[in-house]
Amino acid sequence: MATPLKRPVRWHIAVFLAPAVLVYTAVMIYPLFNTLRLSFFTEIDQERVWVGFQNFKTLFGDELWSKQFWNALANNGWFFFIHMLVQNPIGVALAAILSSPKLRFSAFYRSAIFVPTILSFVIVGFAWKLILSPIWGIAPELLDSIGLKFLYQPWLGKEEYALTTLSLVSVWQYVGIPMMLIYAALLSIPDEILEAGECDGVTGFSAFWKIKLPLILPSIGIISILTFVANFNAFDLIYAAQGALAGPDFSTDILGTFMYRTFFGFQLQLGDPHMGSAIASAMFGIILIGVCIYLFGIQRRMRNYQF
Amino acid sequence: MRNKTVKGALIVSAVLSASMAMAKDAQLTIESWRNDDLAIWQDKIIPAFEAKNPGIKVKFTPSAPADYNAVLNSKLDAGSAGDIITCRPFDASLALYESGNLANLNDLPGMANFSNVAKSGWSTDDGSATYCVPMASVIHGFIYNKDAFEEVGVEVPTTVDEFFAVLEKFKKDGNYIPMAMGTNDQWEAATMGYNNIGPNYWKGEEGRNALIAGDQKLTDENWIAPFRQLAKWGPYLGDGFEAQTYPDSQNIFTLGRAAIYPTGSWEISGFNAQADFQMGAFNPPVENKGDTCYISDHTDIGIGMNANTDNPEAAKTFLNWVASSEFSNIFANELPGFFPLSSAPVELSDPLAQEFISWRGKCESSIRSTYQILSRGTPNLENETWNASVAVIKGDESPEAAAKRLQKGLAKWYAPQQ
Repeated sequence: MATPLKRPVRWHIAVFLAPAVLVYTAVMIYPLFNTLRLSFFTEIDQERVWVGFQNFKTLFGDELWSKQFWNALANNGWFFFIHMLVQNPIGVALAAILSSPKLRFSAFYRSAIFVPTILSFVIVGFAWKLILSPIWGIAPELLDSIGLKFLYQPWLGKEEYALTTLSLVSVWQYVGIPMMLIYAALLSIPDEILEAGECDGVTGFSAFWKIKLPLILPSIGIISILTFVANFNAFDLIYAAQGALAGPDFSTDILGTFMYRTFFGFQLQLGDPHMGSAIASAMFGIILIGVCIYLFGIQRRMRNYQF
Repeated sequence: MRNKTVKGALIVSAVLSASMAMAKDAQLTIESWRNDDLAIWQDKIIPAFEAKNPGIKVKFTPSAPADYNAVLNSKLDAGSAGDIITCRPFDASLALYESGNLANLNDLPGMANFSNVAKSGWSTDDGSATYCVPMASVIHGFIYNKDAFEEVGVEVPTTVDEFFAVLEKFKKDGNYIPMAMGTNDQWEAATMGYNNIGPNYWKGEEGRNALIAGDQKLTDENWIAPFRQLAKWGPYLGDGFEAQTYPDSQNIFTLGRAAIYPTGSWEISGFNAQADFQMGAFNPPVENKGDTCYISDHTDIGIGMNANTDNPEAAKTFLNWVASSEFSNIFANELPGFFPLSSAPVELSDPLAQEFISWRGKCESSIRSTYQILSRGTPNLENETWNASVAVIKGDESPEAAAKRLQKGLAKWYAPQQ
């Protein structure tokens, strides 16, 4: 009777996984759970006290906090909406144009459009602040030179325009990412399919709508969810352009700046790490819900075409 | 093998000798938000101190002003903060003292050089403990372009009516932006607007203390009045002032494009270097000719000791020196516009700074109304005042509505106002 062959312990798996797991745990998982933990405490007389859901009750129940929270969430929603409405369609369109074999200098355009993505948000925020500045900016003069001076507004200083303006700046910076992803997806479509379509008389625009677009839908889904996560985690551009108070009158305040202000304090306002953590946890929850809706509601229904 | 031992011994001895060298000199590191002053500390103040106190080495390590409180708190929590800590006035430092991060300096001999008002920014509410040496105050007022005033032919205003007449004249003339201020960064509207002109209406310390005691409300006429004046500022600010930032305003003024710049004395050294025209200054105009004038002479910078420092003796020696008139003289003359709080006499050579400090003689001094005690709760009165001042200047909110909103926020958490 042969005893079943005892499989050797496969140490190499653990060894190879260890560095990534350790690093990821130290810089992502531990801080995440510690933040969640911190949101259940508060500080009374220099002592950290367990208060359960009190911080969340304050955040959602106290008019002072809830007003700011919903304002930030609504602004975040608008920020995301502008990205979905402007960034992703433009990204898809650019990719479609770039993948056209007739286009000359396409490599140049591709790099030029992608460059802002690798710029620091500090540079982007500062450069656009200068461009749009009513005093030194080139925006008023450019509009003046084509006789449209009356259209100029100090956009970053007006409640009604500031957030949209910053969203568009962010779109300008990151439009390269959907473009690249879609471009790669378009290139992976086999020529046989397109040629078969051509035989059936599907060419040009209708080839894009009827053949290419359905084939790149999964990529568009991925881009949407990436945009969602990035937008709801956004902070840097707003902070660089408008500061932690996210002016004018909190019209550009998003969850990230609200969290920063609360957690670290601002000017005479002292930082409150516990309320800050509560906001961070709420952000985490919102993003988690959004990603889950996508994963279970959309991703699983998406068909994958096998070539 | 033997080779390795030798190498090991060499490393050990190198480390030992390095640490022995360090033990000879006490090293002090200063945390500060005044990164603008880096050169002055390195070239003037620290050499002067080190020359007198051999054996103590001092390093000045500033961080960005807006991030200072957050950076400092994180460093203190992590135990990596410097030995000497530059103190923001009032609650930020009080919190550091109460959490045991700032040492009590009651028995520092140099403390005798300061009045109680000077110490108020860095003392406990009952005044029993002081934890930072008062270093400097800043005075609010208006700096103006003397050449522009001559060109347009206007006199320095002393009353509010004259002030608006001057602004109107500049607006008619059209060559200069009457007043350089933007609302993009928000704090200027409150600090250089509301708290600059306000003391004339609420009568300085009298009104400020009454507000803290709960005897006056922010909806009283003398607290709404500054907003009424701010509401009239809007038309005299430059085009697109809504998106104009603080550096924009500084540049507009120093380039000679604006006539008046509402400000504080901290600008003096920067402006002296930048502007190539004659500058003068006037204190906030009063309502009627002959009224007592009040100025905001705000305690702004103090300096204290990290309670967990490794070199408490060296740190105390340094702080004692900061309290001396030698430091005051260097500091006041190198940084015209930051006025020493010590009672020791100081000579100022800069005419603009001398103009600012001369108001201490003819006007009553006060500090910013929102800083002591009143910005302790949520909502934070200082931050709300920024927002309200901007809204009033832009005309989005009436002075009465803004005052009502501030009072409602204050009453929410501050018992004497409930």
